[in-house]
Amino acid sequence: MFQRILVANRGEIALRVFRACREMGIETVAVCSAADRGADYLKAANESICIGPAAANQSYLVIKNIIAAAEIGNVQAIHPGYGFLSENEHFAEVCRECKIEFIGPSVDAMAKLGDKVTAKEIAKQAQVNLVPGSDGLITSEAEALVIAERIGYPILIKATAGGGGKGMRVARNDISLKAGLKAAAMEAEKAFNNAGVYLEKYVENPRHVEVQIIADLHGEVVHLWERDCSSQRRHQKLIEESPAPNLPLSVREDICKAAVRLIQTANYTNAGTVEFIVDKNNQFYFIEVNARIQVEHPVTEMVTGIDLIQQQIRVASGEPLPWKQRAIACQGAAIEVRINAEDPDNDFRPSPGKITKLRVPGGHGVRWDSHIHEGYVVGPYYDSMIGKLIVHKPTRPEAIACVKRCLDEFVVEGIKTTIPLLKRILNHTAFVEGKMDTTFIEQNLLVKSS
Amino acid sequence: MAEPRSSGNAPFDLEKLQQLVEMMEKHGLSEVHLRRGDEQWRLRRGAKEVLQTVSQPPIQYLQPAPASPQAPMASVAAPAAAADANAGGLSIKSPTIGTFYSSPSPTDPPFVSVGTVVTPETVVCTIEQMKVFNQIQAGVSGTITAVLVQSGDAVEFDTPLFRYKN
Repeated sequence: MFQRILVANRGEIALRVFRACREMGIETVAVCSAADRGADYLKAANESICIGPAAANQSYLVIKNIIAAAEIGNVQAIHPGYGFLSENEHFAEVCRECKIEFIGPSVDAMAKLGDKVTAKEIAKQAQVNLVPGSDGLITSEAEALVIAERIGYPILIKATAGGGGKGMRVARNDISLKAGLKAAAMEAEKAFNNAGVYLEKYVENPRHVEVQIIADLHGEVVHLWERDCSSQRRHQKLIEESPAPNLPLSVREDICKAAVRLIQTANYTNAGTVEFIVDKNNQFYFIEVNARIQVEHPVTEMVTGIDLIQQQIRVASGEPLPWKQRAIACQGAAIEVRINAEDPDNDFRPSPGKITKLRVPGGHGVRWDSHIHEGYVVGPYYDSMIGKLIVHKPTRPEAIACVKRCLDEFVVEGIKTTIPLLKRILNHTAFVEGKMDTTFIEQNLLVKSS
Repeated sequence: MAEPRSSGNAPFDLEKLQQLVEMMEKHGLSEVHLRRGDEQWRLRRGAKEVLQTVSQPPIQYLQPAPASPQAPMASVAAPAAAADANAGGLSIKSPTIGTFYSSPSPTDPPFVSVGTVVTPETVVCTIEQMKVFNQIQAGVSGTITAVLVQSGDAVEFDTPLFRYKN
């Protein structure tokens, strides 16, 4: 087991790892930027090293800074958290070359699953459903029509060089497909200097369902059930829960087994999440793998009773997983709400500032994961998430009642937060009935700018 | 520590002294020097000035031992309390985290020492990261008045390395 671990991250996830290590008797070394220096949460580590100015690209993202801190701190392993360098294969490689264990997958697995093309190949090998599509660029209108016939409308025309939603259009029949192909190619040429387009089945109003997996270094892979993260705004998750509501057990089991097959085929190790979209008929399609621990991991921890961070550390140190699949139960219902320092009345503009008053809720089944406190100054340099409120109750209606009660108790003054939006979502019939999809919040719960 | 000097036999104005002390504490002043005619008051607050960071002894750079449970963690030469490092002077701070070396090699003389006149381009030390020795320039003009760290010391971003005067 490691004696000392460096946490290459900040804020709530750094604190999460410090806590897990302390319970295991492992010493921790924190890194901080000048903006985070002196923050309370750093006291939960044994030592803190300032590695650069506020800007992440001069501090947390600079590999040399992290490795220098690791060598000075004489650590045996680095936990990368999420974001920052957590899915940077080069960083994982450098760590191991410097004889420092990277708490995450192998470089090879990370690289293979990080590339969209090879990830899809692996999914096919593992017999995991992909979103049906053209399997390559469209070379002619005739070809497109044949593919459309095969996969069925509506169809998404996507620019291969595009991203973040750019260069996409939906076609609902042959006529709009032909017109759309021409227009998309022209747009793509103009915007990306690359006219290449491909086709994908357009899954309307999908649910986002992801599976937590963990694999040890001895070939054992298990899933820890699924999370539904359909409550999103601009592809950012706001609320996550487990189990996924209104999904038959057989479907949940199929999705989870598919995730395990994919992870086994990829020889992936340590913790990871396999993301799927689920359509109205409960058909699911693989999207991508997040080769890291995720923000919403506490949801899974509550329903399974497993400390995922501690388990990551154990796996990385060579220990076998202590349970077989059949022993991993999903009990009760857990809901997490992310609280961001953003102004929901001003297009979610970041709302940095000093927290002048803070009252955090408590009680049965309540968990608060956060680095903030009264007097803490939320700066403008990093992600605006200031904390995660997680509740766990025997049933989903009880969990909803609990998180609503908690948000009513919550007091944060000095900054604006997304709590009002969270309350609106939790009160909406669609959420209460478990009928959220990834488009819902933007279409129904936000004031449209005129 | 107050050293009022007065040429007369008048008793010290203790009330004024108390006010001065309270004012220093309130505004975080480390040194106050008052002079009116023959009367002179000098008050200095806090620990005596030191050249080395006092909170930990200077740390030897340890080679990273892969699985050595006994190897202690190399403590970092933490940035000295603001009062010490900046009291009565300016400092050149480390622009990065790494291991400080005062000279190009163990057998060479140091890049700079007390009394060296520097310009912004003067190389004052190297800071090593992952076996790469980065030359650090002064970035300021002046004369070095103190060297605050030793070769092999671990330094953080902003650790004061040298004191200088214009």
